[in-house]
Amino acid sequence: MFLINCPYCGERDQQEFKAGGEAHIERPKQPTELSDDEWAEYLFMRKNIKGVQFERWNHAHGCRKWFNMVRDTSNDEIKAIYKMGEKPPAQ
Amino acid sequence: MRNKYSVFSLIKNALSYHENWQRAWKDPTPKKEYDAIIVGGGGHGLATAYYLAKKHNMNNIAVVEKGWIGGGNTGRNTTIIRSNYLWDASAGLYDHALKIWEGLSQELNYNVMFSQRGVMNLAHNLQDVRDLKRRTHANRLNGIDAVYLSTEEVKKFCPIINTSPDIRYPVLGGTLQRRAGTARHDAVAWGYARGADAMGVDIIQNCEVKGIKRNGDSVEGIETTRGFIKTKKVGVVAAGHSSVIANMAGLRLPLESKPLQALVSEPVKPIIDTVVMSNAVHAYVSQSDKGELVIGAGTDDYVSYTQKGSHQIVEGTLNAILELYPIFSRMRMLRQWGGIVDICPDASPILSKTSIKGLYFNCGWGTGGFKATPGSGDLFAHTIANDEPHKLNAAFNLNRFVSGDLVDEHGAAAVAH
Repeated sequence: MFLINCPYCGERDQQEFKAGGEAHIERPKQPTELSDDEWAEYLFMRKNIKGVQFERWNHAHGCRKWFNMVRDTSNDEIKAIYKMGEKPPAQ
Repeated sequence: MRNKYSVFSLIKNALSYHENWQRAWKDPTPKKEYDAIIVGGGGHGLATAYYLAKKHNMNNIAVVEKGWIGGGNTGRNTTIIRSNYLWDASAGLYDHALKIWEGLSQELNYNVMFSQRGVMNLAHNLQDVRDLKRRTHANRLNGIDAVYLSTEEVKKFCPIINTSPDIRYPVLGGTLQRRAGTARHDAVAWGYARGADAMGVDIIQNCEVKGIKRNGDSVEGIETTRGFIKTKKVGVVAAGHSSVIANMAGLRLPLESKPLQALVSEPVKPIIDTVVMSNAVHAYVSQSDKGELVIGAGTDDYVSYTQKGSHQIVEGTLNAILELYPIFSRMRMLRQWGGIVDICPDASPILSKTSIKGLYFNCGWGTGGFKATPGSGDLFAHTIANDEPHKLNAAFNLNRFVSGDLVDEHGAAAVAH
């Protein structure tokens, strides 16, 4: 449980947010040409990092907007928050 | 030679004030090479080592554990054992485990306190009723004992449940598996450790894996905090940290690791003599032999390795418990903790070979792995020894995420993920 600084609403309780999993997984540009292995990679395989991870979050009980977060999953410390479409900060 | 535990050994040791009990397992230094190494000294890992030695004559093996044995999810779960899963593959897997549980204390000469007190799953809406009836039929077709109970029968079986039609989510019925129950989680790890150690397995604690050495597509050994250990076969049974080990070998797994919480109350006299699970409102409760109410809460929805979890998850579970069991309204909670569970997209486990020769994974048990401990160990040992899965775990391969042949137990079973 922690506080999240929504880029649109400011600091709110994590309870208001919904985690959306790993960020920057690009949807395949040519889905019809994908092999089963590539589909599995896109749909199911995750880095699931212990340490600094890039994630998507949604302010579900607030502005309902999506944004990105850089968080250390070993101690839940938030390193950076940036809007969708913005370049991820260098780590 | 391992001394046998019995009433006579108890009396004999009482005479020397219980100060001369034989060590249950040794504290060996790692050898340079083993025939196989199990990464992870929880229940599943120790059971795997036990069955490798017992059924497949692999005695030159080791279990490496970064902390102490049974200190991870084995010591953190709510000890519920049942096999009433919907799909055939799951029913086969979990009932295989349940059958081993039934004779486990005798086999290990270690009392795992397996208690077949029954597990009841409640229905709180019409869809629950339909799902639970369907599951009951599916279970019976698979030879698993299951009965559907009316609201009155639920009340008769567990009188402290509030079955009033006026509550927010009234009890419309339930299912009961009488062979299901609970066991003493620490004893399972200790019993398997003692059994494996007696057959020559090295149980190496405080030994963290730092890398997996590969020669092309084969495993050559593991780098640990206690040096390099050579081996051709590595079985990873690391629960929430499976992805961490997989990343060392350059593999990706379809897992997300999340905190799952549980809590116990102050101890009270016996009040609930079964296990009651309510998926729809997420409340499940049983009572330990010490008298504490053992309550399982849910997972958080974000990836975390912190073994903590959020307060509102516990609050939500306790709200549901108070509505279902008003008698608990003045109970005080004593302890709360979290464990990191590795969840697959289809909420079923992975017991599988990988694309790397000699590297095997047993993971993805998510929120309900304890119940499968003996079966998981047995089948994973078979998979490692033969380099082929047993027919009971063939469906739980890693390739199912490519073929699409998922074992989708997420909403289908009685599980509360």
